[in-house]
Amino acid sequence: MSGAAVPVESKNKLLTPFNVIGGLFVIVAFGIAVVRFTKGLGAVTNLNDEFPWGLWIGFDVLCGVALAAGGYTIAAAVHIFRLKQYRPILRPAILTGFLGYFFVVIALLVDLGRPWRIVYPVFYTYGVASVMFLVAWHVFLYLTCQFIEFAPAIAEWRGWDVARRWLLRLEIGACIAGVILSTLHQSALGALFLLAPTKLHPLWYSPLLPMFFFLSSIIAGLSMVILESTLSHRYFKEQTDPRHAKGLGRLQLGLAEAASLALLSYFFLKWIGVAHGLHWNLLGTSMGVWFLLEVFGFILLPCLLYAKAVREKNVRLVQFTSVLTVAGIILNRLNVSIIGFRWDSVAHYVPRWSEFVITIAIVMFAIFTFRWIVTRMPVLSEHPDYKLTDVS
Amino acid sequence: MRAKGMLIDTTRCIGCRGCQVACKQWNKLPGENTTFFGGPGYQNPARLSPKTWSLVAYNELNTKNGFDWVFLRRQCMHCNEPSCASACLVKALEKTPEGPVVYHEGKCMGCRYCMIACPFDIPKFEYEKAIPSIRKCSFCFDRQQQGEGPACAKTCPTGAIQFGVRDELLDEAKTRIYVEPHRYVQHVYGEHEAGGTSVLYLSNAPLDELGMPKPEELGTTPFPALTEGFLSMVPLVIIVWAGFLGGLHLLMQRREEIAAAEAAAEREIQKTEEDQS
Repeated sequence: MSGAAVPVESKNKLLTPFNVIGGLFVIVAFGIAVVRFTKGLGAVTNLNDEFPWGLWIGFDVLCGVALAAGGYTIAAAVHIFRLKQYRPILRPAILTGFLGYFFVVIALLVDLGRPWRIVYPVFYTYGVASVMFLVAWHVFLYLTCQFIEFAPAIAEWRGWDVARRWLLRLEIGACIAGVILSTLHQSALGALFLLAPTKLHPLWYSPLLPMFFFLSSIIAGLSMVILESTLSHRYFKEQTDPRHAKGLGRLQLGLAEAASLALLSYFFLKWIGVAHGLHWNLLGTSMGVWFLLEVFGFILLPCLLYAKAVREKNVRLVQFTSVLTVAGIILNRLNVSIIGFRWDSVAHYVPRWSEFVITIAIVMFAIFTFRWIVTRMPVLSEHPDYKLTDVS
Repeated sequence: MRAKGMLIDTTRCIGCRGCQVACKQWNKLPGENTTFFGGPGYQNPARLSPKTWSLVAYNELNTKNGFDWVFLRRQCMHCNEPSCASACLVKALEKTPEGPVVYHEGKCMGCRYCMIACPFDIPKFEYEKAIPSIRKCSFCFDRQQQGEGPACAKTCPTGAIQFGVRDELLDEAKTRIYVEPHRYVQHVYGEHEAGGTSVLYLSNAPLDELGMPKPEELGTTPFPALTEGFLSMVPLVIIVWAGFLGGLHLLMQRREEIAAAEAAAEREIQKTEEDQS
């Protein structure tokens, strides 16, 4: 009872355009990494003393973590709220989440001045007054949780019966721990910027930053699951259980409904932030217009589109809106970490090409890994020997 | 322990840059390749860097006493409750009871959060090094431990930089304002800014016009308080979430069990009814 549970057809077609371009990015990125580790961060990035955090923190870490939130969102729906109909999309969501976090750590290793000390906050020296300390511990613990949640798929793939049974017993615990850890570190990523009141634009700086980041992570998680399941069902048809494929539209409509509600709360919360700081006068400035674009174009608009799609049972519109929502979350994280950070600087940071290459290569690497796993392990469909429905 | 401080009186500074040189000498910091840059002409170099921890910034502007040069010596402010130290997740930055905020190179990961957190933009990162560190003024902590004052204060020929007990220097600063009110802006920069700093400034022009952050933007609460609220919520969130989610899970599970049992009982009744008929 070992080997691939699912047929691997695409194995022979190695030289697809996607593989070639992705492979090129990965190769060039390795070259850039060599320069970065021999000559320093300044040799490959536009980072400086005024802008110590750039694309790798703003996109790879902040967006990476937010977009990986599907793991805990769907796990909570299935295990805690017992919405068992979402079971078919749980494993891909957890895999996306796990890989998301894993590659966030990879990006951090490139960005940190001394990456080999990444384990210090866990094993050596404890700066407990730091929000970053919380983030470090939580990412470490949450990676472990997500691994436990995904490990049954590996056990099924290899046919390790005993290991699988033990792992499934840990599932609920790992799920609850995962929700707690996610609540805290998703919001902590926003709390990081609480220490920069003089640098972050007042329309984005708010004591509510932790709440903004937490609530928007749920939105990001739901939308990423919609997006990921749409793409998976398109590109991994052979691996997908046909029964699941049929029910997918209904599940996506359910997710869209939840996302629409969350977006509505988020929209109002954003305005409470503005009211709290009495920043109405800033809305007329150019940064104010940019803020309005984010709030109306990427929060309220997707909220209404999701609602309309749910009402009309329009799955295509749900899928389109998920792209818009994900783009909005990315825009928000970049606004906080890069665009709104020192918005008034005369020499504002713009990433160098080599920073983009590393970022794209890491995304490609994540997609390649996702594909490698779903073409081998029972992720998009149940293993014929192990029915998930008889668990829990 | 009475924390040490430093009083910098810009009206006494002649812009000789002796402090800049003394800092480089004592801390064995290399020179910089500098170029002429637009703006305050005679300033050199343009900004603080990993190699320059102390810098005399040249400003020409309208002061209380007419258009004049004002020399503002920049360095780490050694906040009473530093933002950088609260940001550091590995305790590489530490506030000592004596006053200095010191850096422990052996712990630093190079995450650069201290640079984001510092409102005065003091910690600098070695972007050109394969094994980089954060570099900044240490308030000559090594000299202080031997009972000496910082190299910059020691070398200042005009008494523009004075080293001593912070409380006493604060009294001194206020006395100077009181005695010569026409000479100074009526404000000791650093007394309350960001919760108070070891370095105190007296000047004949508002410091925010010389490139320092505005006092009203910095506020008077220490920066670490900005994240304390969030961090104090953490244990509460863990306990409440664990109880709520665990309870909800058990509740939902129980509900399913009851539904299953009821369904089974229903079938049982139907079966007996069928048997009877």
